[in-house]
Amino acid sequence: MNLTRVAAIVLRQFFLMRGSPARVFPLFAWVAIDIVLWGFITRYLNSIAHAGFDFIPALLGAVLLWDFLTRVMQGVTLAFFEDVWSRNFLNFFATPLRISEYLAGLVVTSIATSLLGLLVMLALAEIAFGLSFFAYGIAIAPFVFVLFLSGIALGVFGSALVLRLGPASEWLIWPIPTFVSPFAGVFYPVSVLPLWMQAVSKILPPSYVFEGMRAVVSGEPPPWGALVIGAVLAAIYLALACATFAGVYRHAIRTGLIARYSAETVS
Amino acid sequence: MPASSSASPVLAVEHLCKSFNALRAVDDVTFQVGPGEILGLVGPNGAGKTTTINMILGVLEPTAGRIEIEGVDLEADRSRALARTNFAAVYAPLPGNLTVEQNLRVFGMVYTVDELSSRIEELLKTYDLTRYRATKAGLLSSGEQTRLGLAKAMLNRPRLLLLDEPTASIDPSSARDIRAGIAAFVDNGHCGVLWTSHNMFEVQAVCDRVLFLSHGKIVLEGDPKTLPEAHGAANLDDLFVAVAHEALQEGRTR
Repeated sequence: MNLTRVAAIVLRQFFLMRGSPARVFPLFAWVAIDIVLWGFITRYLNSIAHAGFDFIPALLGAVLLWDFLTRVMQGVTLAFFEDVWSRNFLNFFATPLRISEYLAGLVVTSIATSLLGLLVMLALAEIAFGLSFFAYGIAIAPFVFVLFLSGIALGVFGSALVLRLGPASEWLIWPIPTFVSPFAGVFYPVSVLPLWMQAVSKILPPSYVFEGMRAVVSGEPPPWGALVIGAVLAAIYLALACATFAGVYRHAIRTGLIARYSAETVS
Repeated sequence: MPASSSASPVLAVEHLCKSFNALRAVDDVTFQVGPGEILGLVGPNGAGKTTTINMILGVLEPTAGRIEIEGVDLEADRSRALARTNFAAVYAPLPGNLTVEQNLRVFGMVYTVDELSSRIEELLKTYDLTRYRATKAGLLSSGEQTRLGLAKAMLNRPRLLLLDEPTASIDPSSARDIRAGIAAFVDNGHCGVLWTSHNMFEVQAVCDRVLFLSHGKIVLEGDPKTLPEAHGAANLDDLFVAVAHEALQEGRTR
């Protein structure tokens, strides 16, 4: 893998963002709104609920982590869509650029943009609502790591779908986290779900993260075993997503789709 | 003119075929481009020129055949083969939301160009783009975008340059300058060019050799300066029209 080529993909995104406040604003604006909204909801719930249960880490923490996963996924897909919208595939893929280098560039871009969003969320949650993730120390890192891998996997898979089905399928990609969230047990324990939904939860890495987070905020030790399962599942999904993207790319090369990519030509 | 016919070709295409279902878009095409040679690839619309170029650029997989760029098999080592290549095509404008300089920097990094900053300055000057360096590519006129595409194509000093209608949208004076610039770049024997155009005057002026493609097959090949006379045509333009009419008739009887 040539790092200069990976850096070229990242630099392209940096140039786009530097010249466009409309691209920078959503990196932190929507997550900030989510934190403010859920911060006040949890504060209200704390005021009417029985003393002894703190909704802030349970709900606001869940919102923060779920938004992080969504931002990671969107970091990948938005970087990919820049090439879709500017019809840049021929320019990039008729070069020495390898598909692994292109994907690595999208992932590095997503790391940068999602970390920016995460920092804003962490700062706002602590300053406005007293939720400090730093209080959990390094123990929080594995949770974030599993969500990060899951977000990247969703982003790469979503990009593969758009490459295969065409730009018009973009609307299929954005709701993916919404479809996943009921099964992931973001706001409630997986045990409240019907059995068939629990079965789905078991194959979703984020469900292990949110179950684990609930255990930690209840004062229990982090469930390392479950987190390892979540991490392994997320790594498998990431590998499958990359293989799917590579397969779709090979199909696009075989059919000539890359050279004539547009909504009208995809079939 | 070609540096030497005995030198290893920068591009070797052997028995290249591409089918889309029942349609044979490129049918057993074999040719070479030598170092210092400009080879014209001409033919009516749908003849298979762009399909051939897309296969050489690695964005379309051949159904059969082999492509080597400076002896590197494209299928076996795509990245190394394409590092020796570059292209400019009117249907592949550079991202309009990046400035001229940003585009050259990003693509210079993709081609891992040494001393990129000085190379960019050199190309901005050569293609008269210095004053547009901070202008978004999408705001350039079509002629300026074509010049930017050519500057991008020269970034890595390619051994094989693929130019698909490189002077389309350019005024005659600029087109002449660009033709002269490319010819000078090729004259050092470092680079070979595959040039497609519908402008037969340009092909005659620039190309050392020309291939006429029709229905995916090479139907004529030769020196564009002598080929018309050899086939009883007044000039290359008339020869093109005659070949295109024949192709049309053949297509109707198929």
